[in-house]
Amino acid sequence: MSPKPINDKSQNYGFETRMIHAGAQPEPITGARQTPIHQNTSYVFHDADHAASLFNLQTFGFIYSRLTNPTVAVLEERIANLEDGRGATCCASGHAAQILTFFAIMEPGDSFIASNRLYGGSITQFGKTFKKFDWQATFVDVDDPENVRNALTPNCKAIFVESLANPGGVVSDLESLSEIARDAGVPLIVDNTMATPYLCRPFEWGADLVVHSTTKFLSGNGTSVGGCVVDSGRFNWAQNDKFTGLAAPEPAYHGLNFYESFGDMAFTTHAHAVGLRDLGSTMAPMNAFHTLLGCETLALRMERHCENARKVAEFLESHPNVAWVSSAALPSSPYYELARKYMPKGAGAVFTFGVKGGYDVGIKVVDNCEIFSHLANIGDAKSLILHPASTTHRQLTEEQRIAAGAGPDVIRLSVGLETIDDITADLDQALRAASN
Amino acid sequence: MGGIDNHDSYSDAYLRRQLNSIKAVALVGASPNWNRPSYFVMKYLQEKGYRIYPVNPRAAGTEILGEKVYASLAEIPDNYDMVDIFRNSEVAGAITDEAIDLKDSKNIKLVWMQLTVRNDAAALRAEAAGLQVIMDRCPKIEFGRLNCELSWGGFNSKVITAKRRKVRIG
Ligand SMILES: Cc1ncc(COP(=O)(O)O)c(C=O)c1O
Repeated sequence: MSPKPINDKSQNYGFETRMIHAGAQPEPITGARQTPIHQNTSYVFHDADHAASLFNLQTFGFIYSRLTNPTVAVLEERIANLEDGRGATCCASGHAAQILTFFAIMEPGDSFIASNRLYGGSITQFGKTFKKFDWQATFVDVDDPENVRNALTPNCKAIFVESLANPGGVVSDLESLSEIARDAGVPLIVDNTMATPYLCRPFEWGADLVVHSTTKFLSGNGTSVGGCVVDSGRFNWAQNDKFTGLAAPEPAYHGLNFYESFGDMAFTTHAHAVGLRDLGSTMAPMNAFHTLLGCETLALRMERHCENARKVAEFLESHPNVAWVSSAALPSSPYYELARKYMPKGAGAVFTFGVKGGYDVGIKVVDNCEIFSHLANIGDAKSLILHPASTTHRQLTEEQRIAAGAGPDVIRLSVGLETIDDITADLDQALRAASN
Repeated sequence: MGGIDNHDSYSDAYLRRQLNSIKAVALVGASPNWNRPSYFVMKYLQEKGYRIYPVNPRAAGTEILGEKVYASLAEIPDNYDMVDIFRNSEVAGAITDEAIDLKDSKNIKLVWMQLTVRNDAAALRAEAAGLQVIMDRCPKIEFGRLNCELSWGGFNSKVITAKRRKVRIG
């Protein structure tokens, strides 16, 4: 066999090249350039021995699409590459990604520390539903990383934060938090949904795992719910005896020790071969395809999202009917410096502001918008508006709502890609109409 | 072709050239236990068409995956291009020296130390003797990475190309 044309520069390619190409080579049999949608459940074995090798995880290949699927695999490699991780596991939603992640590292009776300013749905998932697995989440204010150190307990298995928190324009001090995690011998897990790998690179600051709701900016058009967990490959799962699922004989695989057998590939292998196999929260190939299309334009969209969002934040800050604006893009924000450090290309597209007049006026602003869509999502090309207290954060207590930046007067925007003057004009007329 | 400048990173071209140029591998530290990493590697490389000669003094005379197990590199009757070392970094030094001694009689070209195994002094001796050296890598992972198979599991192969791969259909 003669050597194939080689490209050794691949590791040095820029973000924009990788967002288009990573994971997606031309399909070798037909030459199809766009990634095919493998709408397919099962894969033919060459023979009985090949089947045995696949089931024993001794060779690479597809068995059944609950575990792996060729279209989903392209998206996994794409996101792993953009985050500069070792591997990624896509699944049905951002919430599925969070369960999948904790499933690999937690045992009943274990606990983890989470920021008290997470997406409201995550606070509910961690605080309520995880209890049924006997997983205990301890919520702390991570603005002072020492709060995290003080909350550590012997059965703490992880620290979980959002790089840029939904909804409040809050930025986590990833470098300090990763130091605390390292000292404690537990992984730092960062939800990078709001920033995307274009704006923030958690692994460069010492994070060990990154989770995404790919539903948002990665897919970018509001077409596809999905999630992903990316492993940096750098966490030593055998450094203590905390991580028996990954670094002890796995009874569900005849005593295979994943970390010993797969090294820096252990987490991602486990997440597919045990996590998706048994939890079943697989991403559909069609959703992977749509999300891949989104990734191809990620940098361009994020640039414009950030630029539009900054202009809207500045506009609102000087608006007579607005009480305050919480956006890390504004020099007035206490998180401005952290945002410049961790997301120098921009502070994202989602932020909150408070209307003068509180709850009732807030609801009217939402109702009076013409271009902004009133719905519970973020990260769409379309501008989105929401009153969190009456919607996404409704299940939380008043105290939790305020801690999460979702008090009664709060309005959340996800600024889209429409003409900037049209976006600000729509908000202006809605604010004036609501306040009259 | 000369050795390489340093062992902290290897270019894809170098790894591909080595993997494409070898046919037979002596696998030192081969385990008869199906869930050990060395067994995974042996089975995978066999599937890819490499002939594997397992070496393990404690299992000598038995068979692993249809191949007779030898007590040492010297006892393998046939020629082999590569020595794959599944032992710790210190022991890898002595095994590398054996490979250097057998280089001409067995036609050895490459000493490969597995993930986490690295012995720079041994590598220098091997390179001085005209052998190629790869350390702290797994041939299964590198073969899979460079041939798109690692990507199937969601891994970052770091391979970026718009070239259509040539595949043999049938
Ligand atoms: C920051 C963040 N994390 C996680 C999620 C959950 O993702 P999904 O809705 O895809 O389950 C969301 C969804 O709003 C989110 O904004």
